[in-house]
Amino acid sequence: MNSKLDAGSAGDLITCRPFDASLALFDAGHLADLDDLDAMSNFSDVAKSAWQSDDGSATFCVPMASVIHGFIYNKDAFNELGLSVPTTEAEFFAALDAIKADGSYIPMAMGTNDQWEAATMGYNNIGPNYWKGEEGRQALIKGEQKLTDPQWTAPYATLARWGEYLGDGFEAQTYPDSQNIFTLGRAAIYPAGSWEISGFNALADFEMGAFKPPVQNAGDTCYISDHTDIGIGMNAKTENPEAAKTFLAWVASPEFAEIFGNALPGFFPLSSTPVELTDPLAKEIVGWRSECESTIRSTYQILSRGTPNLENETWGASVAAIKGTATPKDLGKDLQAGLASWYAPKQ
Amino acid sequence: MNKPRIRWHILVFLAPAVLIYTAVMIIPLFNTLRLALFTRIDQERVYVGLENFRTLFFDPIWSEQFWNALGNNFWFFLIHMIVQNPIGVALAALISHPRLRFSALYRSAIFIPTILSFVIVGFAWKLILSPIWGIAPGMLDWVGLKSLYAPWLGKESYALTTLALVSVWQFVGIPMMLIYAALLTIPEEILEAGEVDGITGLSAFWKIKLPLILPSIGIISILTFVGNFNAFDLIYAAQGALAGPDFSTDILGTFMYRTFFGFQLQLGDPHMGSAIASAMFAIVLLGVCIYLFAIQTRMRRYQL
Repeated sequence: MNSKLDAGSAGDLITCRPFDASLALFDAGHLADLDDLDAMSNFSDVAKSAWQSDDGSATFCVPMASVIHGFIYNKDAFNELGLSVPTTEAEFFAALDAIKADGSYIPMAMGTNDQWEAATMGYNNIGPNYWKGEEGRQALIKGEQKLTDPQWTAPYATLARWGEYLGDGFEAQTYPDSQNIFTLGRAAIYPAGSWEISGFNALADFEMGAFKPPVQNAGDTCYISDHTDIGIGMNAKTENPEAAKTFLAWVASPEFAEIFGNALPGFFPLSSTPVELTDPLAKEIVGWRSECESTIRSTYQILSRGTPNLENETWGASVAAIKGTATPKDLGKDLQAGLASWYAPKQ
Repeated sequence: MNKPRIRWHILVFLAPAVLIYTAVMIIPLFNTLRLALFTRIDQERVYVGLENFRTLFFDPIWSEQFWNALGNNFWFFLIHMIVQNPIGVALAALISHPRLRFSALYRSAIFIPTILSFVIVGFAWKLILSPIWGIAPGMLDWVGLKSLYAPWLGKESYALTTLALVSVWQFVGIPMMLIYAALLTIPEEILEAGEVDGITGLSAFWKIKLPLILPSIGIISILTFVGNFNAFDLIYAAQGALAGPDFSTDILGTFMYRTFFGFQLQLGDPHMGSAIASAMFAIVLLGVCIYLFAIQTRMRRYQL
């Protein structure tokens, strides 16, 4: 796509990946500034943050959808074993122990072969409860917190306890393997992103439920990763700017949000007007937005711009934590050293 | 005095090959070397001389990855040299045995993996070795050796060796074929003369055939070296661009790919990527030169 844009043969509309990939297109003059589009007022600042210049002065893509992290579980398995949905970490590990002791299900379906699940569905799934969502994420960008601080290393300590519940040979288990294990009904819990919903609905013949990342103590505020994932923008060199803008205004409307949210359950519209979803699992997950504080993945904005790339380093660190090949403290130290080598926070 | 006649037919016959080779090999090669001397600062391409190489070799973040990849490459090459080539020679010796039945069948069967795509080989072996669906754990179980099974591709200490052996499985047909061809050129008379002198069986192989196929083994070694140091496909198909677990299967090819084209949130950096590609080129060139000047010129050849 980048080469098409450079050659001037790209389409009028361009789907936008979040953060730096799209920002680079905007900086290179390929994406038009959309601030004059009235319909942009339908979105909150967090929703727009993925497609704004660093100072927030220009927005260049219409936010379409986000994905939410949590855990999907096999309701039949939970009923069979008499388990209730865990809300605290102690309950979560008690449930895993109970499933393991029973032995008819693999407690949790996740592998470390492809590495990214450990970071995306592991670290950034449970992490926001530790670093208090946006508060910690912003403080990290501003340089007020460090990756060596306890709120950033504690999730690794929790991940280290996951290893024993992941089933034999998880080290070589791939992402599709995990999906299949869960939808075949061989595992009880799947650390998930909401994008799995439509795929799982088609494959699983048991009832599924979802629970949000467990908090440390009962009654704690919960934080969820509500990650802005897809947007759509306009080619700055388009020959039909008016038609493209009309379409983008419609994409920004509540009408589109409702169609999109129901056609693709698990990709949640970002528009400020609440949308009625019909899929029960999707509805359950999107309901967390009103109970918990939303944040986005900690490594995506600004912090993965340099080398070493913090997001990719986090993959490796999360895998190492689960396998137990490094201590949380050392992981924090390495990540912070890598980040500090190129990133100087603006105070 | 006669003016030397320009022999046009030489130019005409050379032109197609020279033009095509220049367009698809020479120009890209020199362009890559040139690209390695630049970097991008604020959308501008700036000439920085050898700065990229300094970063690659002396910046701890880059050099750690580079030496890791180079070390893995040497291990990958070593496994091929000590497993693939001896097995290839042994197989060739076996199938060239005049009294072996079905030798054409064995020859084809062993050669077939070589013509398969890396993607097929990578995915097929990933499935065979998978702890969940694979047949490897089950087969070991039948013979009572289940305890030997480990999720090899997911363990830092085994993954690279496992992939090297998969690559050996795929390419063992090539040394076998080349050696087989060399063995066929050995005239019967020499072997018969040896027999008269009492050299038969295994000692005929060690004393007569092996010295005669030594130049072919040299060629195979250098082909293996070049192939291994340019390898990329199998690792990428089986482990992805991050060459997991924890970069334990990262070789120069995957390191170059990740840097050049970017990966996930990491944006591509064609200039650093070219620097790595240039380093690979230098390593291969050095290896080939050592072979050509130090080994091949000293190798004894026999007139048959």
